[in-house]
Amino acid sequence: MSAYQQLVEELAPRKFSKAGVIWVIFLVVLIVAGVIAYIDQIIQGQVVTNMRDYALWGVYISNFVFFVATSFVGSMTAAILRLTNNSWRTPLVRIAEIIAFAAIIMAGITIVLDMGRPDRLYHLFINARLQSPITWDVIIITTYIAISFLILYLPLLPDLAILKKYYKDKPALSKWYGKLSLNWTGSAAQRKIQNKTIQMVAVLIIPVALILQTIDAWLFSTTYRIGWDSTNFGPYFIAGAFLVGTGCLIATVYIIRKVYKLEKYITDFHFDRLGKMLVLAALIYTYFNINEYLLPYYTTPEAEAKHLYELYFGHYAGMFWFVTIGGLLMPVIVLLFKKGRSPKVLFWVSVVVVITSWWKRYLIVTPTLLEPFLPIQGVPESWRTYWPSLHEWLITFATLAGACLIITLLVRYLPVIPVERTALEKGIISNGKEEQS
Amino acid sequence: MKKEDPNKRRKFLSKGLQFGLVATAGGIALTKYLSEPAAAESEDTVELMTTDGTLVQVPKSELHDHSQAKDGYNVREGFPGKKFVMVIDLARCKNALKCQESCNKNHYITGENAWLKVYKMQDSEAAAPYWMPTTCMHCDKPPCVTVCPVDATFKRKDGIVLIDNERCIGCRFCMAACPYSIRVFNWNEPEQPEEIKNMPPNPDYAGMPSIKGTVDKCDFCPHMIHQGELPHCVTACPNGVFFFGDKYEDTVTNGAETFRLSELLKNKAGYRLMESLGTEPSVYYLPPVNRVEPFEQGLEFYDEFNSVKKTKES
Repeated sequence: MSAYQQLVEELAPRKFSKAGVIWVIFLVVLIVAGVIAYIDQIIQGQVVTNMRDYALWGVYISNFVFFVATSFVGSMTAAILRLTNNSWRTPLVRIAEIIAFAAIIMAGITIVLDMGRPDRLYHLFINARLQSPITWDVIIITTYIAISFLILYLPLLPDLAILKKYYKDKPALSKWYGKLSLNWTGSAAQRKIQNKTIQMVAVLIIPVALILQTIDAWLFSTTYRIGWDSTNFGPYFIAGAFLVGTGCLIATVYIIRKVYKLEKYITDFHFDRLGKMLVLAALIYTYFNINEYLLPYYTTPEAEAKHLYELYFGHYAGMFWFVTIGGLLMPVIVLLFKKGRSPKVLFWVSVVVVITSWWKRYLIVTPTLLEPFLPIQGVPESWRTYWPSLHEWLITFATLAGACLIITLLVRYLPVIPVERTALEKGIISNGKEEQS
Repeated sequence: MKKEDPNKRRKFLSKGLQFGLVATAGGIALTKYLSEPAAAESEDTVELMTTDGTLVQVPKSELHDHSQAKDGYNVREGFPGKKFVMVIDLARCKNALKCQESCNKNHYITGENAWLKVYKMQDSEAAAPYWMPTTCMHCDKPPCVTVCPVDATFKRKDGIVLIDNERCIGCRFCMAACPYSIRVFNWNEPEQPEEIKNMPPNPDYAGMPSIKGTVDKCDFCPHMIHQGELPHCVTACPNGVFFFGDKYEDTVTNGAETFRLSELLKNKAGYRLMESLGTEPSVYYLPPVNRVEPFEQGLEFYDEFNSVKKTKES
């Protein structure tokens, strides 16, 4: 077997193992449970959630913000590393692009789950008003879905053509790969168009991603609410997205490497680099957290002081410190050591970062809403607190499972490591022409 | 705005005193008087007070009740040439809650959060507690309208902020944006009477019917203004706390007493809630000084956890 054949063999998509099948069934069960809960929510109304007139947004919105933030990773790794010609990115970019694509799709779905009248979704288009941040969100999310798809799909073309050949003995599958590869032959003309388009999309995705995170922040900071009414919110959200996106990437890369046994391609060196990226993200995010939660302590009006007190020492203190220590302090300290950036340790650090990042968004949404300007009176006592209901948890887990399922299926059918590019970089082939065996 | 006012007044007088609802302070009394059939053809005169306070005799035949004339009325534009305002005199409020009761009843509110709330307030420990009714502030710079993505909530030229419940998508951004927490959401199918549920929804009459998955709030009762009547809360209040009127006419009334808006606000040091936010509310407050009844009287009716009585009566 030639080096090239071996490479294709190692990097081609593989059938699910037994564990893989169980994993997919598990995800599907979660999704089905969520769909049932959602149908019930449609029938009964959002009374099935624990949201009420004060906690008027809840876990759906914080989960939405989490997805939007996660989708940032696609542009970070894919576009920035591509444009800066960081060649160590090669085995990681596609995974990043897959995560970004899955996350932004789920973000779009999640925001609809929160709507009281999803049957009127089309009103957002026929009655759109440009001054509402939600309209900006509609525009930017659809744009980002399109761009995320392109930056995932365009570099795939040569690999799809390779897979078409690889699956010669499975005509149906081969045909599909052939169709999806858009008749890629690797001719100079095709290469020129592909390179140019990828370059363009890579440049385009950076401002779009920054705008996406910023608009997400503006959904909050365009209100008068304590804790949201902050000019710091745009960059604060971008920094947070950088962190959670990197965390998700590391965790996913680790799992895929383990399942597909890609240790040869994704090495400790890559994890070391990713670890450093995570430290950088955590440090930047720490800086913005200091701006957001420490500085106001000096000049807070009474209401804001109460908000901060509830976070530091009050009702939300446990969660706040879990998120702050686990999501900011811990990664910085652990990853300063070289051993901390070894794959296994880094994986667990990333898992904690992702979990704390999810709760971080919960902490951004909920406490603020329960601290309105006028006192909460004349409503049932239960309206003064918020904790998601069973329906909300089922639906939320279904969205998370949905993202995992999209990632799993894409990983199942696409080469997670760019085959042709790896072959080129390793000098196995040149000019896109494979060596004849 | 300031320049327009005198013109408006001149027009008002020259046109033989067509009166609109609130323009004429005692408008309601007049409408009732006029609607008596016997008074139609005689050259009887009516004594009217002009906006600058002088009394004039006007032949009844010259009076036209143009509050009934709906020609050209557009629910998104409102009553032409009007700017509705409310004044809430905190010195008179003793938390009798008749306003809330009437509002709940007439808007068929079935949720657990009333649109009109009477807050138990105390600004600082050393200061006296007081009762503070809140309605929608009908802000001139309404943050709720700014953030609505589909133009479901809108600001009319007459100052009223309304909701089109057939357009609302239920994103609740307006609720997040409102600093006065006055908006409520229909979390479930409202348990309204069948005949109300079957009414065609109309932004002019909020709650008629309420629609699941959409936002509701105080509408300043345009449906009452159409009939030449004052909003439900104003007429229901036994203590005359609420004054309603037209800013251009510079008059507000609680049904029994009528004041010049500008003078009332000047003399009693009127203010608006959270003025510093720049939302420019249409609701003014008069401070709770020299109170008619002691604060403690209201405690009897105060219920921290309920604002809509759950009774299956009527």
